[in-house]
Amino acid sequence: MADDVFEPKITAFVCNWCTYAGADLTGTSRLKYQSNVRIIRLPCTGRVDFMLIQKAFARGSDGVIVSGCHPNDCHYTSGNYHARRRWMVFNDLMEFMGLDMRRITFSWVSAAEGAKWATLVNEVTDHLRELGPYTEYQRLLNAGVA
Amino acid sequence: MTSTFKLSASALETLFAALSTGGWRILGPTETDGRVEVREVKNPSQVASQYLQSTLSAKEVAFPKVERLLSYKMTPGQVELQDHDPELQPTVLFGARPCEAAGFGVLDKVFNWDSRDKLFSARLRQLTVIGLSCTQADDACFCTSVGGGPGSTRGSDLLLTPLPKGGYLAEVLTAKGEALQALVPAVFEPAEGVDKEALLAKVEPVFDRAELTAKLPGLFASELWAEQSLRCLGCGACAFVCPTCACFDIQEEADTKQGQRLRLWDSCGLRQFTLHASGHNPRNVQAERWRQRVYHKFSYFPQRFGEAMCVGCGKCTRACPVDMNLKEHLTQASGA
Amino acid sequence: MDVLRNKARDLLAQGQVQVVIGYEAGTSGARRPSFARSEADAARLMWDADCVGNLAGYLTRPEIKKMGKAAIVANAATLRALLQLTAEHQLAEGAVLALVVTEEGAVLELSNAQAVTEQVATLPSSLSAADREKLERLMALSREERRAFWEQELQRCVKCYACRSSCPMCYCGSCTMDCNRPQWVPVASHELGNLEYHTVRAMHLAGRCVQCGECGRACPVGIPIHLLTCYAEESVRRQFGQPAGTSATLNYALGNFRPDDQESFIR
Repeated sequence: MADDVFEPKITAFVCNWCTYAGADLTGTSRLKYQSNVRIIRLPCTGRVDFMLIQKAFARGSDGVIVSGCHPNDCHYTSGNYHARRRWMVFNDLMEFMGLDMRRITFSWVSAAEGAKWATLVNEVTDHLRELGPYTEYQRLLNAGVA
Repeated sequence: MTSTFKLSASALETLFAALSTGGWRILGPTETDGRVEVREVKNPSQVASQYLQSTLSAKEVAFPKVERLLSYKMTPGQVELQDHDPELQPTVLFGARPCEAAGFGVLDKVFNWDSRDKLFSARLRQLTVIGLSCTQADDACFCTSVGGGPGSTRGSDLLLTPLPKGGYLAEVLTAKGEALQALVPAVFEPAEGVDKEALLAKVEPVFDRAELTAKLPGLFASELWAEQSLRCLGCGACAFVCPTCACFDIQEEADTKQGQRLRLWDSCGLRQFTLHASGHNPRNVQAERWRQRVYHKFSYFPQRFGEAMCVGCGKCTRACPVDMNLKEHLTQASGA
Repeated sequence: MDVLRNKARDLLAQGQVQVVIGYEAGTSGARRPSFARSEADAARLMWDADCVGNLAGYLTRPEIKKMGKAAIVANAATLRALLQLTAEHQLAEGAVLALVVTEEGAVLELSNAQAVTEQVATLPSSLSAADREKLERLMALSREERRAFWEQELQRCVKCYACRSSCPMCYCGSCTMDCNRPQWVPVASHELGNLEYHTVRAMHLAGRCVQCGECGRACPVGIPIHLLTCYAEESVRRQFGQPAGTSATLNYALGNFRPDDQESFIR
């Protein structure tokens, strides 16, 4: 990586059964994608509390991906449906609070969609590289401490 | 060392200008959307013209709500530790009410009674207080019941009392006050025959603090505290707006490579304040927490330092979402 | 007002309730919560347009529960909170007697959830016109302007938790904020700590907020903090059609789903 190109840090919260397996397939299929993403495997997207997303930003992520099984495919029947509702409200509330929602990407990637995962990560990485570091949020980290 | 002068209405502009030129930071009460807050100001026109009290106390100047004590970085085999040593600018706090100004003395007793608190003392050392006597008071005020008064000089380096026709009566009270005077000696005009008392708000004493202190040990088991605290929500608003509440929490914010230790305002009204790691809570109900607040301020503190840990400003009463009126509750306890 | 005082006195005298939670005169003309347990106490009760506080939060407090059966002088917000608390199984059906003072000055006794539900159905929308206008004004701003607005407001938060303590729906004995193993949200009231705290609060009240504005009134430093929970609640209503505080059997919108929930942002 050249020094003058900004390389975004991306945290991906993925479910064990679909997206994690999908990302695995990306590897076994020898598909290349950009290495900016750090994957955190959770049992289900239903486990992705919005506080995890906040923590990712507070620890310096420039972008976050949340991904799991397509609707109707949840290993636990309905975890992704519950997650979807929560994101629908979270997304809306974050807009209202003025957070930069271009930095959070929600997606469904199945265990068979290795190629979709590679494309997703590439697109998100390119987009974040254009947006630059999430200085709005990073400014907060030490603000208000005397 | 008190000497009394008169300042004309425009004298403040001269003073503020001289302070700015001299590299001072000036803090004063400002008003936006009906909220009175202590903020940095450049000239007297930015200062709120009519205000009873700021919502938060000025204690933040010496005891900030979030303050770094130290920070550290870890590398393999090594820890690099750094004490927090903030760059402090000489600061004038303008327009502190006499009760608030007195609050700094109370805080000083807490922070410096044994070992000296480095950060608090450093912040206090660079602070000069220009007090502003009260010409109005409300139902929450009770300074005169706890040893203060609307024109009390305690805690101020320079105390201004507004004159009815504009301008101020100025009392130079300390060496820091004299230093201010020396900045703009010409605006300090001789004053004669001004009756300061007549200019002040009337705040009638409602209880005798010494009597209350003597009485409290006998009231510890009284039902009074449970009764008074029934509506108390158990938030920390009263403590956080209080100019004398000094309790703090120490929090560590760290990851695997670096961290910092912070000092934060805390309140005995909050359930977690006394919660043990075991889950046991020695002050388990709000009645006990409310009693602690009253006893700390009017029993334990006076026993140790001979004065109340309260300046009667009434900020807690005004800030309380459910009108826990301290003056009323203390009057009730005095008569119990 | 006399009708209310007489009603409270009778209820207490006949032992139908052990406490009447209502309003009394406070400092400088303010109204504050009052707990009448005797006929003499009942004479302190007040009712007028200044009785805006939501008193329902007291019903879940151990100190108040210990007193026995309660009656509560209920304004619109308190009624909605009663329903929501019942829906969330914090109040048993019929455990509380709601006293509603009508415009004519009569006192209605609502002794069960159905009666409260019917009364609430006659009320205007829970979001006040003033708050609706504020929400609309904020939404008309650009994202950067909204961020600046909330940064400016939230940096003044001192984390006294008056908003949490005053909220009837914040009845949890142990709050996420108090969780320190691990420490989810920073304890400090620095900017990050404040942003995270208020996001968590709004998210945890989405689908549960009765839009009474009590948190905003409680804030000692005057942050319009209720706009966050009101907005989150509006979001739930708009997307899932479930208004909190209208039914004693409402299913929590975020503990629920429909396979055909429509969104536009998941890739």
